[in-house]
Amino acid sequence: MLDFIQQLVSGIALGCVYGLIALGFVLIYKATEVVNFAQGDLMMLGGFFVFTFIGLVGLDYWLGFLFAVCAMAVFGMATERILIRPILGYPQFSIVMATIGLGYFLRSIAGMIWGTDDLKIETPFSTGVLKLGDLVIAHDKLSVIVATVILCAVLYAFFNYTRMGTAMRATSENMLAAYYMGIPVKRVVSLIWAISAAVAATAGVLLAPITFIHSNVGLALGLKAFPAAVLGGFGSIPGAVIGGLIIGVIETLAGFYLPQGWKDVAPYVVLLIVLLVRPHGLFGPSMRKKV
Amino acid sequence: MRFVFKTDYNQDIRLLKHSGYWWSYGALLAVLIAFPYLVGSYLQSQIVFVFIYAIVGVALIILTGFTGQASLGHAAFLAIGAYTAGFLQSQGISFIVYFPAAAIITGAVGAMVGFPALRLSGIYLVIATIAFAFIVEEILARWESVTHGNEGMRVRTIDLLGQPIPRDGDAFYFLCLLVLAGSILLALNLLRSPTGRAFIAIRDSETAAKSMGIDLAGYKVKSFAISAALTGMAGVLFAHKMSFISPEMFTLLLSIEFIMVIIIGGAFGVHGAVLGAIFIVMVDPFLTALKDDVPVLGASLATTLGMAPDAAGKLRETMSAIGSAAGLKGAIYGLIIMMFILFEPYGLYGRWLKVKLFFQLFPLYKKATFKRQKTYVKSERNR
Repeated sequence: MLDFIQQLVSGIALGCVYGLIALGFVLIYKATEVVNFAQGDLMMLGGFFVFTFIGLVGLDYWLGFLFAVCAMAVFGMATERILIRPILGYPQFSIVMATIGLGYFLRSIAGMIWGTDDLKIETPFSTGVLKLGDLVIAHDKLSVIVATVILCAVLYAFFNYTRMGTAMRATSENMLAAYYMGIPVKRVVSLIWAISAAVAATAGVLLAPITFIHSNVGLALGLKAFPAAVLGGFGSIPGAVIGGLIIGVIETLAGFYLPQGWKDVAPYVVLLIVLLVRPHGLFGPSMRKKV
Repeated sequence: MRFVFKTDYNQDIRLLKHSGYWWSYGALLAVLIAFPYLVGSYLQSQIVFVFIYAIVGVALIILTGFTGQASLGHAAFLAIGAYTAGFLQSQGISFIVYFPAAAIITGAVGAMVGFPALRLSGIYLVIATIAFAFIVEEILARWESVTHGNEGMRVRTIDLLGQPIPRDGDAFYFLCLLVLAGSILLALNLLRSPTGRAFIAIRDSETAAKSMGIDLAGYKVKSFAISAALTGMAGVLFAHKMSFISPEMFTLLLSIEFIMVIIIGGAFGVHGAVLGAIFIVMVDPFLTALKDDVPVLGASLATTLGMAPDAAGKLRETMSAIGSAAGLKGAIYGLIIMMFILFEPYGLYGRWLKVKLFFQLFPLYKKATFKRQKTYVKSERNR
């Protein structure tokens, strides 16, 4: 039984990682209906930035954290301005392909700049464990769980209770109508990319002690976070986190109880089954066009 | 510019619209037949890969370009075709039997994927096909009695009714050419039949197509099955060309490469598949060739522009260091995708059409002819 709980807890920690990345997907999708396949790579880039600030420049952890998040926010804005804005409004699939291209590009550029070795940084969470009775949780995993809960609550409040959040929801509903209502659509879209890149950077920094920093880490995690976002229903913030938790728990439990090989496939099998029953994910709105 | 005066419907759907088509396609065919006798074995084998990629491109154009169903799982269909060929061949079944069998099996799997895809659209469909591809990849790695798992599997030379077709011979080239020509003809004929028109109607508006009495489910499954079957045939050829197959050859990256074929070529016409395949396959040898020449060229250019010889030498070293960096290919792939989507969304074939129209209408060409409409109100959620 203790085994099970221990696995469950590490599954939840892993799920929070997926949930953090999935949050970035969902934010951009919510505001602009663009699916950003490069989200995992933005996270990877955030990790490299924090490595540069802490490992190479020698800043304090929290200062480096802050700088990396700000730098990624600017990077996200720049990406939106250069790559996304000219093709906004074209079919969704071409935008998806553009972000896949961006992912390819970022991965190899990062590999060229920072090399292809595993990098790591010293963080306050790198060592130390929390003991609850017989249950053991490492601090680095705990930090991810706590950060996910905080970020999720902040973003939920932002979307539902602030003027800007309401403007973002209006933009996602109908860009043209939002523009007519006086919402600065371009600025909204720019801002959402900044927020999403910042969330990705946060994920990258918190993951640095767990997965190390490597140019391919974004692809691997992004490909798991993406099903998480879909499972929760693209466009639902709580859905992203719950989807991430489900994927993380299934993956960990499958790795523990099922024969080898199931670990990587089980999340996808569950995803396909859920999509069969609910084509818009667990929490996605299922609207149909009325003629 | 030739003006074809159409008087009946059969003339409108004719494949070769006027005598000029006979000349141009006849010349193309003659060149393709003469090719193996003109070029070296390396280039010939690259062209075989162009053919195989082009078959997959045609399959994707039927599914994505004409039915509007995105798929990032075509590497899995290719794998199923390849493994079917490998397994049946090792059981002593002849090529004549397992070639169509691979197409039928892959087509059946494609139809099975098509059924869950009926209710999905847009991004949900993309992720479902990715999930399918992952599952297939894992099954290939685990089902060791059939696929030999991660060790991979040898595929022997094709034996066509007692006649061996070695993988780098001329006969293999012609076999691939034949299959490609066949699949292009199939696609073209499909598109001028009621089925093809139904596909296009579904792409343009599902609701409108449904209200015109088109059976959405049936046609979507058909589209998936046809596309998968074509990809399966390409898989058989791929397996024989590689002579060795293993699960890690059929990853998501290969699926992305296939999608790149139709994005670069242009997804709205069958020509695009061939042009895109040429581009994708030839990028690699082209880069290798450039790797040696560009630094030398850049350095000599810098010297002529008045740069000191030392600095020019340093420039050459830096350039060759960048040229031989490990991830360069990925960066260039990424740049190519982004550039095409930003600047030439119609792909190479679209560019060709624009150039052609420019000369046909010489002083009167207007850029706006090809302007795409942006829609800011269409919501994927309200489809």
